[in-house]
Amino acid sequence: MSDSRNIRVLVAKPGLDGHDRGAKVIAAAFRDAGFEVIYTGLHQTPEMIVSAAVQEDVDVVAMSILSGAHMTLFPRVKALLDEAGADDVLLTGGGIIPEEDAAALEAQGIGRLFGPGTSTEDAIGYVREWFAQRERA
Amino acid sequence: MSTTEKDVTTAAELAAELRAREGEVAELKARLEAWEAAVGDTPQREALFTTISGRELKPLYTPLDRIEAERYDEAVGFPGEFPFTRGPYTTMYRTRLWTMRQFAGFATAKETNQRYKYLLNHGQTGLSVAFDFPTLMGYDSDHPRSLGEVGVCGVAISSLADMETLFDGIPLDQVSVSMTINGPAIILFCFYVAAAEKQGVTPEILRGTVQNDILKEYQAQHAWIFPPEPALRCIVDMFSWCSGHAPKYNPISISGYHIREAGATAAQELAFTLRNGFEYVERGIAAGLDVDSFAPRLSFFFDVHNDFFEEIAKFRAARRIWARGMRERYGAKNPESWRLRTHAQTAGVSLTAQQPENNIVRVAYQAMAAALGGTQSLHTNSMDETLALPTEKAVRIALRTQQILAFESGVTNTIDPLAGSYFLETLTDELERDALEIFDEIDELGGVVPAIETGWFQQEIAAAAMRQQREIEADERVVVGVNDFEEGSGKIEIDVLRIDASVEEKQRAHMAELRERRDEAEVQRTLSALGEACRGSDNLVPRILDCARAYCTLYEIRHAMEEVFGSYKEPVFF
Repeated sequence: MSDSRNIRVLVAKPGLDGHDRGAKVIAAAFRDAGFEVIYTGLHQTPEMIVSAAVQEDVDVVAMSILSGAHMTLFPRVKALLDEAGADDVLLTGGGIIPEEDAAALEAQGIGRLFGPGTSTEDAIGYVREWFAQRERA
Repeated sequence: MSTTEKDVTTAAELAAELRAREGEVAELKARLEAWEAAVGDTPQREALFTTISGRELKPLYTPLDRIEAERYDEAVGFPGEFPFTRGPYTTMYRTRLWTMRQFAGFATAKETNQRYKYLLNHGQTGLSVAFDFPTLMGYDSDHPRSLGEVGVCGVAISSLADMETLFDGIPLDQVSVSMTINGPAIILFCFYVAAAEKQGVTPEILRGTVQNDILKEYQAQHAWIFPPEPALRCIVDMFSWCSGHAPKYNPISISGYHIREAGATAAQELAFTLRNGFEYVERGIAAGLDVDSFAPRLSFFFDVHNDFFEEIAKFRAARRIWARGMRERYGAKNPESWRLRTHAQTAGVSLTAQQPENNIVRVAYQAMAAALGGTQSLHTNSMDETLALPTEKAVRIALRTQQILAFESGVTNTIDPLAGSYFLETLTDELERDALEIFDEIDELGGVVPAIETGWFQQEIAAAAMRQQREIEADERVVVGVNDFEEGSGKIEIDVLRIDASVEEKQRAHMAELRERRDEAEVQRTLSALGEACRGSDNLVPRILDCARAYCTLYEIRHAMEEVFGSYKEPVFF
């Protein structure tokens, strides 16, 4: 692997949604891929997530949202990350997110959002590629 | 107990029978061996010949698989009779079809009320309320933590006023209503009872169910509020109150659905759910209730997943394990306490975002398994649920799927039609055996609550979920449209239901108006009486009913309880 250091990822469950199957599967897959993974646990506010991201000095925040609240929560976390000076952190995620919404969020500077049926390899590949690009820049 | 003597006789009889049949068995064995030899190394497809839960299956089952099995009358028997393997009722669907109950709720109470009327007009026979996440977690629509989630995944109900609107024009003395709510179940139940009161309907005639299964929340679904002990007290208080005041109402629906959806295997779903059920029974008995005073109203809720036969066997095994446990271990004497009645829902997790119309077919097979398993009510998922809340059209197709099954397929004519199948009976026995082994494991961990607190259930479920994901990613298990038979761009073209952002504003306005018009002194009086009851040991239902009638909000009631009970902290891991 060409990574100069391990990629640090915060896997987060924002909002009130308790569906953590996806979050746990992706966290375990990231770990198996050699990333350093921190999982927040459930029911996190955007403030809690950003504070954990800053404290843990992560490269990536990956949020899992199956509650339909993605149009509120992704922009909110993005704004708080920017405010905290963590604008070089990749905010990505997955869940039940209609394609149009994913496109609208990407236009706001949020990374790729993955839907049901995504292979964990795709998500790992995406994060690796993004990281390599950021390191080159 | 007298059964011991009977068991001895049975075993002796069985041995005698086996000796008598030795010749026949030897001949059958020889024929099977000859068949196996003839099959030889005929090439097999490259596929997993295991169930979706990883259970090894043989290519063929014969009477030889049944020789060592329990006697038919002990293990299988007759419908409506102990141990209920063949069904909880004597005549099953010949007398009464399963209740077609579609889970629905979105936006405000007013909009959901319209959807309910639509469903009732299209032949649905019961209602099932889906609440939004704030409600599920005990937050009002105008609480800061509700931001962005009001009315999105279900209907927002923050007080009795919302509950009154939800059932406006729907006679609660005639329609049975199921409510999927757990953490704050006791509060929403009281809103419901109070809303019925406003219609002039007394609790004695209320029919319906509240999910109220907190153990599986800690294990899988995660909409909890209080720690296990006070949460269990609320549940036992509801058992006790309902047995005296609402004898037709099911104060709990012990649910495997969420356990399975979170990744568990069929055997884990079966075992965790029934063990949770027995835990509630033990808690009721420990609180001094007579087991037969509340056990007849305990109801269940299982997932019905892709693996057709394993799912059917799961329902049959569940009835048998429950009946035996209730009679033999907990000493229940009323046959109603032995009878496991269940709701079923097709597996949301089996639906694919890719080629969503294919989901109609998945749902139809799953629904048929539920009917062949003998369910009492059924929700069929809509094809578009992996994308958003279902559209009206998708819900209608899902309901029609049940109607075609019930009225056209013929599966309702004969009770438990697959009984006696060498394969199905063997699967039923295997699932029962697996569940009993898992019970032992839980006991070794100190019981359900200690196993929750150490994260054991959660880790077992996550490990099973990971195994399934690996099978799919390694292309060992085919998911049509996802890792095989994919189509073109993968672009999904389907209408989705969108919740208007104005819902949150409307709810906030409602709440402000409610806080303005209610009697504040009465609010404070009932809330402080509730706090007092929480500190003591009186039944909490009458106190919360008073709060509901005074239009205290969901969060106000939750908060009054939380001040005494504290809140639950999950063990975090992955």
